[in-house]
Amino acid sequence: MQLIRSFEERSAASFAEGRSPGTCTCVGQEASAVGVVAALREDDLILTNHRSAGHLLARGADPGRLMAEVMGRATGYCGGKSGTLHVSAKELGVILTSTIVGGELSLAPGVALSVSMKGGDEIVTCFFGDGAACEGIFHEALNLAAVWKLPVLFVCENNEWQAFVHRRETMLTDDIASRASAYGIEGRTVDGNDVEAVLAAATEAAAKVRATRMPFLLETKTYRLRGHFEPDDQGYVDKAELASWKARDPIAALRASLLESGALTAGGAAAIERRVAERLDAAFTFAADSPWPSLDELTTHVYA
Amino acid sequence: MIAAPSGEVTLLDAVRIALAEEMERDGRVVLMGEDIGVYGGAFKASAGLLERFGPKRVIDTPVVEEAIVGAAIGASLRGLRPVVEMQFFDFASRAFDMITNFAAKHRYRTGLGVPIVVRGPSGGGVQAGPFHSQSPEGYFARTPGLAVVVPSTAQDARGLLKAAIRDDDPVLFLEHKLLYRRAKGTLPEGDGIVPIGKAAVRREGRDLTIVTWGAMVPLALDGAAELAREGVEAEVIDLRTLLPMDEGTVLESVRKTSKALVLHEESRTLGVGAEAAALLAEKAFEWLDAPVVRVTAPDTPVPFAPALEAAYLPGPATLLAAARKLAAY
Ligand SMILES: Cc1ncc(C[n+]2csc(CCOP(=O)(O)OP(=O)(O)O)c2C)c(N)n1
Ligand SMILES: [Mg+2]
Repeated sequence: MQLIRSFEERSAASFAEGRSPGTCTCVGQEASAVGVVAALREDDLILTNHRSAGHLLARGADPGRLMAEVMGRATGYCGGKSGTLHVSAKELGVILTSTIVGGELSLAPGVALSVSMKGGDEIVTCFFGDGAACEGIFHEALNLAAVWKLPVLFVCENNEWQAFVHRRETMLTDDIASRASAYGIEGRTVDGNDVEAVLAAATEAAAKVRATRMPFLLETKTYRLRGHFEPDDQGYVDKAELASWKARDPIAALRASLLESGALTAGGAAAIERRVAERLDAAFTFAADSPWPSLDELTTHVYA
Repeated sequence: MIAAPSGEVTLLDAVRIALAEEMERDGRVVLMGEDIGVYGGAFKASAGLLERFGPKRVIDTPVVEEAIVGAAIGASLRGLRPVVEMQFFDFASRAFDMITNFAAKHRYRTGLGVPIVVRGPSGGGVQAGPFHSQSPEGYFARTPGLAVVVPSTAQDARGLLKAAIRDDDPVLFLEHKLLYRRAKGTLPEGDGIVPIGKAAVRREGRDLTIVTWGAMVPLALDGAAELAREGVEAEVIDLRTLLPMDEGTVLESVRKTSKALVLHEESRTLGVGAEAAALLAEKAFEWLDAPVVRVTAPDTPVPFAPALEAAYLPGPATLLAAARKLAAY
């Protein structure tokens, strides 16, 4: 979680220094990413959205190659051609990062269909936002996955914001998981800022999907602590709301509970931060020192 | 009526001014789109309009492109004049059915027009990657029933957007995001309406004609200035409306210059420039002294990496090389 947080903060700082383009960070949502991804098997597949750095890093993505893609370098996961918000990493089983809101929902049933047809017991996890849950494709994808009996763990990261519009302005209910019953599938809402709760809920949900080969809708309630995109002064955000969620910072909460239980010492916590800093120093140096893609790349991979 | 501000305004300001003026003039004009109200639009094209016209007329929507355009069409059939913002024009693909089937064909099927405007930022050059940089005009400019407009100046942005809102049929209005703050101009007194379907001659010249639009217009003008230093006088035509294309202005120019270069930012194959080239082959053949030349982006998606994007976009070097060769033909 600390790796994700620091990666995103450095990415924002690097933008502010003019060293990389703006990007959508997932600061505040680390517990949701880590809790869900930790519940998956290595051969399970993932589709995600524009707020994907947490999912990718939790999945074991190399922060250097990730930053290289954000910076448009040849060593990035997509060779610099796709860029920030658009990272796909086949080697990690991350099929798609869709920056078209809802694109991940469109493709998830097909990815799961391929698993079903091959007879494997992998499952497909599809991360999307509360904003995507408003798009028509949410309904189409969940219904299709249900009637086709597909092993998709739909994970709605409900972070209260849809770009610059508050979730409350876009729906009359607070929960998205409650919609599961409309499709004849199971759903559950969990505190997305409590990593242990997310892990427990995702483990149970993933096991159900794996065993029943039916979709499940898991909703992690969390909050986007930084803006929608860098730069974003969050002038439109209610200060009290932001403060109340800052007080529930998932990393601070985990650290406090681990320190209290004795599972972590102050020295141990400092060591984690140091290790993360060293790793990211190397990663950002790697990215910044990486070459730009060669001009031939402009016309490659348009077709096979 | 608010007086047009004196002094220079940006193309982005001009869009906002046109929206405000038309909302002031006509109570049927309503705005719908993602983040357009409280936030004032992702690019701030509607900043201040919620405060001024209230939430009944400046409507923040969820992320539901198909439903927004559908709602606009439905409302227009009952007399409203909705102006929809696509946060990036790339996302109009999510409303493709609504635009190309429902909006475009309704009058043909029923005799009733669909007076909506779908507007928003398009184009590349800002390192926004393959899904936020497209020039999708070509997808729409071959759909009978639509008008497709791309302004390149602040005056045109205001005058054409006002004309689009008053039009009784659906108009797609693509604002090049690179021009939002770079294109500046002084707005004329009064309405300043610029008619849809009329091209503008931005620069006169006798030696060759450059037919272009959008963010390629300033590139063409800079190129023409450079060519003039070499003794070549290029005429620059800003189509402004791609559908219907102003055949008369294009033909009149080529009749004079006998040489034509079509310049556009969208990819090459079946870009709107192909239609301009076909027009010239059909109706200007007798006057042409050289084959029509196209300078366009290649047939690839818009790449993210800055060096690749720079190579993707037509630039001064490619334009000048092609124009010199054409002039010498
Ligand atoms: C089809 C489409 N419409 C609009 C956008 C612009 N946009 C990008 S992210 C976003 C909000 C998405 O909200 P949500 O799904 O809740 O994800 P979050 O950003 O909160 O993680 C919008 C409107 C887009 N990228 N794609
Ligand atoms: Mg959200």
